[in-house]
Amino acid sequence: MIETFIVLAPLIAAAIAGLGQRFLGDKLAMALTTGVLGLCCALSLYTFAAFTWGDAPERVTELFRFIDVAGFTSTWSVRIDSLSVVMLVVVTVVSFLVHVYSIGYMADDPHRARFFSYLSFFTFAMLALVTANDFLQMFFGWEGVGVASYLLIGFWYQNKAPNDAAIKAFVVNRVGDFGFALGIMACFFAYGSIRFDEVFAQAAAHPQLMIGVGDISFRAVEVVSGLLFIGAMGKSAQFFLHTWLPDAMEGPTPVSALIHAATMVTAGVFMVCRCASLYELAPYAAGFVTIIGATTAIFAATVGLAQNDIKRVVAYSTCSQLGYMFFAAGVGAYNVAMFHLFTHAFFKALLFLGAGSVIHGLHHEQDMRRMGGVRGPMTITWAMMLIGTLALIGFGVPGFFGLAGFYSKDAAIEAAFAGIEAGRIGAQWAFWAGVGAALLTSFYSWRLLFMTFEGTYRGAAHGHGEHHGHGETHSAHHQQSGAAPAHESPMVMLAPLFVLAFGAVFAGWFFAPYFVGEHAGAFWRETLHVSHGHHEFPDWVIWAPLAVTGAGFVFAVFFYLLNQGLGARIAAAGGPVHAFLYNKWFFDEIYDFIFVKGGRALGNFLWRWGDQRTIDGLGPDGVSASTRFASRQMRRAQTGFVYHYSFIMLIAAVAFGAFAIWAGAQPANGAAP
Amino acid sequence: MSDLIYSLSWAQPELWLAGFALAGALVGAWVKDRGAGLLSGAGCLVLIVAGVLAFQFQPRTAQTLFGGALVIDAYAGVAKALIALSAAATLWLGADHFRRTNEQRFELPVLTVLAVLGMFIMASANDLITLYVGVELQSLAAYVLAAWRRDDAKSSEAGLKYFVLGAISSGLLLFGASYIYGFTGSLRFADIAAAAPAGGVGVTFGLVLLLCGLAFKVSAAPFHMWTPDVYEGAPTPITAFFAAAPKLAALVLIGRVLYGPFAELTPQWGQVIAALAALSMAVGAVAALLQTNLKRLMAYSSIANMGFALMPLASGDPAGLTAALLYMAIYLPTTIGVFALIVALRRDGRAAEEIDDLAGLAARRPFMAALFTILMFSLAGIPPLAGFWGKWVVFMAAVRGELVWLAIVGGIAAVIAAAYYLRVLAAIWFKPGGAALQAPSATAMTVAFIGAALSFPILVLALGWLERVANTAVGASF
Repeated sequence: MIETFIVLAPLIAAAIAGLGQRFLGDKLAMALTTGVLGLCCALSLYTFAAFTWGDAPERVTELFRFIDVAGFTSTWSVRIDSLSVVMLVVVTVVSFLVHVYSIGYMADDPHRARFFSYLSFFTFAMLALVTANDFLQMFFGWEGVGVASYLLIGFWYQNKAPNDAAIKAFVVNRVGDFGFALGIMACFFAYGSIRFDEVFAQAAAHPQLMIGVGDISFRAVEVVSGLLFIGAMGKSAQFFLHTWLPDAMEGPTPVSALIHAATMVTAGVFMVCRCASLYELAPYAAGFVTIIGATTAIFAATVGLAQNDIKRVVAYSTCSQLGYMFFAAGVGAYNVAMFHLFTHAFFKALLFLGAGSVIHGLHHEQDMRRMGGVRGPMTITWAMMLIGTLALIGFGVPGFFGLAGFYSKDAAIEAAFAGIEAGRIGAQWAFWAGVGAALLTSFYSWRLLFMTFEGTYRGAAHGHGEHHGHGETHSAHHQQSGAAPAHESPMVMLAPLFVLAFGAVFAGWFFAPYFVGEHAGAFWRETLHVSHGHHEFPDWVIWAPLAVTGAGFVFAVFFYLLNQGLGARIAAAGGPVHAFLYNKWFFDEIYDFIFVKGGRALGNFLWRWGDQRTIDGLGPDGVSASTRFASRQMRRAQTGFVYHYSFIMLIAAVAFGAFAIWAGAQPANGAAP
Repeated sequence: MSDLIYSLSWAQPELWLAGFALAGALVGAWVKDRGAGLLSGAGCLVLIVAGVLAFQFQPRTAQTLFGGALVIDAYAGVAKALIALSAAATLWLGADHFRRTNEQRFELPVLTVLAVLGMFIMASANDLITLYVGVELQSLAAYVLAAWRRDDAKSSEAGLKYFVLGAISSGLLLFGASYIYGFTGSLRFADIAAAAPAGGVGVTFGLVLLLCGLAFKVSAAPFHMWTPDVYEGAPTPITAFFAAAPKLAALVLIGRVLYGPFAELTPQWGQVIAALAALSMAVGAVAALLQTNLKRLMAYSSIANMGFALMPLASGDPAGLTAALLYMAIYLPTTIGVFALIVALRRDGRAAEEIDDLAGLAARRPFMAALFTILMFSLAGIPPLAGFWGKWVVFMAAVRGELVWLAIVGGIAAVIAAAYYLRVLAAIWFKPGGAALQAPSATAMTVAFIGAALSFPILVLALGWLERVANTAVGASF
């Protein structure tokens, strides 16, 4: 009952706020959606607590049959188990905080009601996804969050960039979703069901089941797992299908925090964990997950080094961290993946909302090259960002205390190391990519912090007051000291930061025993397979992440604090490496060349040669042209001269005579007697 | 003597016509053109009476009259009724039209009725001489009608061309007849039928030449060349007359010759008829595409339609003749209706005959546009209009007669033909502008309305009855 309310209430709130925005007004719409989300958040926490510390059972509430034809059933249901309660908490907490934060962030926007309606709708779709009990409902939620993401990225649809970004996100996700849909179909084809428990039972009962086309066949479980992961690659912006995520930063920053950091992009990780039983049976698909995840982790981190847009840096960081989650899942440490997902939601949302606070304070300036010196006027934001950064890079002392990322990220790297010994495909690569990415993560995180908050303000000192009435006063305040002409964000925006910062500091320390530690078996119950392998790692494995993180910090201090402008000079000096990283490994250009230009060229070819020349030319146009030609010839024969006419008549008479004699001489050629 | 009286008693329709023609010529010479209107009305009446008599009083079995020169049977009766009624309609149309253009002359009813008399003789011809006399009587009247506007270059040209080319076709016909006579030793159809199978090449060649002469009358390709020129040059009501009654008469005559004396020679003439039909359909469909003049377009339309009518005959199966008769019964009112509309289209005291003149008709004269639409759809063979059923019947007959290739040619031709019928409709419904038209004549509109009403729905509903009539007519006669 409670969980049904949690899932459906945001939908109702979204509908009321969206459809009734004219007579509700912005204030009421905001209050309604935020209030409902607050309630959902409280109930989710209660559900989580009751499940973790109480003895609430795993349960499935079936709402109604969606499809029931010829052996194919799909049910709307709310599934409560350890996985979904974790996701319930992540989704509703972050969503609630983002709702609150948006009240401040979107204060000047004329379409706030629509924005909040979308946010709530997104929340509903995400909740439907995580509480699904079969693949179809999951797919519904999967597509629902895609739609919400599209709407929210393109929320400022009056501008071209958000529109383009929204379309790009949608199209790239379509590639993944196609794989996901194929995965569901393959699943039904192989196992005759799309209910999770039935599918997992079938897969476990027939692990060697083969499916294929003609003579080519593969193990069904590999095919299903691989196809499903392609969907996850799209939704979670993994290598090859990651290109939409940085562009999605065109949307309002709260959206980035909610959808593109904490929840939607982690849907892929959640899905892989949900299907852990399948991936455990499919070593190659799992290896694929590991390799793609590890590659994404290191790839996105390298690109993050060279980006100047504050949100894009965080976006690539998200991409990279998602890679950590995937390789953790790929090597079989699903609980570690979920743990990193859980902690990441806190500190990444914190970073995004902090970045949003900076952007808000600087009047929608996003380029870090025009920031600097923001620490003075925005001390609280700076502190929050510092906490977020420390949590992200995984600061902590092994065996004593650490921030959220310390527990989860190190666990992921250790899981990869354990995977090497367990013979997991790709684990070696995952371990080294994880360590390398940790170094880069530390570097670009500190770079972000230093470029934004330290040093002197590099942006245009004037001009802000022109479109913001209150800009005059504070720019007068701060201009003399080299500090930025910024203002601290209002309390409604800062309060969510405090909550998230609290989570970023303590969530790892508090929940590590439950997710990955001694209580893990009891916490996950039957839902996740928790590896009880050896937990003794060599010291260097335990200390390596911390060491590279420290190294990253030192580099960042050297480049951006002690030698300010060095980074900019390196960037200005050009060089292929910087260009390569700055242009995101030229992925957009390659895709543009292959798919956009190639697709257009193929289309043009088929249009010009295939359709116009061949089909139209031989078909309609050719027939029509030759008919007109014949008509013209006949008109020319119609000279109007009697002697032409009579000549034709006489010729025809002779010809017919000959023809008739010939026809009469053909015994078999006659018509019916 | 008793044969003469007996014959005259069966030849009442012809007597009515002949009597009216002679009396009309006399009266006309007396009252001059003042009485033309009255005379035309009387002519219409006589035509209707003759048609009804011919249809109503059919002998149970075929009766030969005048020593075997004529034959009266159900086939002739049905044909005569159709001929007389369509001629009456066009005569009514013409009388009204020429009254409006101050061209009325008493010769119109006289010549029309004389031509119909020729057609009646054609329909009843039972030997080669009667055949020729009927054809010539009809043709000579028609030549004069084509040159109705003596001072109009186009009309005179039309008359002259028709005459010269008609003379050549008559020559072919006679040449063929002489061959037949020479190789069978008889002019009587019954005797020819007995001798023809042993006649050899001479009979075949004679038959083909005879057919060529008759193909000219139905304007089947490649003997069609006169049609567009004559249709365009002759006054529209005269064209309407040409397009309807003589076509049916000539087709009925072809049917009678082929299925009567030459029934045994099907392998020889079947291919020729098939070739004529295929050529006519192709030429009629293709050549009309680029026409801008409505009357020329209708000329090609009639060529194509005669091709469709000839198609079922090629099988040599009496069912084919039924189909052809049915097709003509549906085609005649449709084409007369279209010509009536062309008659009604006038602007600034002169005929508006170009397709472009139809632009914007739908907005200005919606009723006229609606009639045009029904008639054109019927000609194009769009279901469920009568024209579709006509095509369906001849296609089915061709397929049953194992002439699938001919049906395919017909299908393609029908598709191409639909393009130009639709072009007319496109001008009516979608082309803006166009100059204002005069108020149409009530008579022309009535004739057009009757044509349209027959096209849909009357003939569609009466299809079963029509088929039964045609079936019995053909069944009783062959």
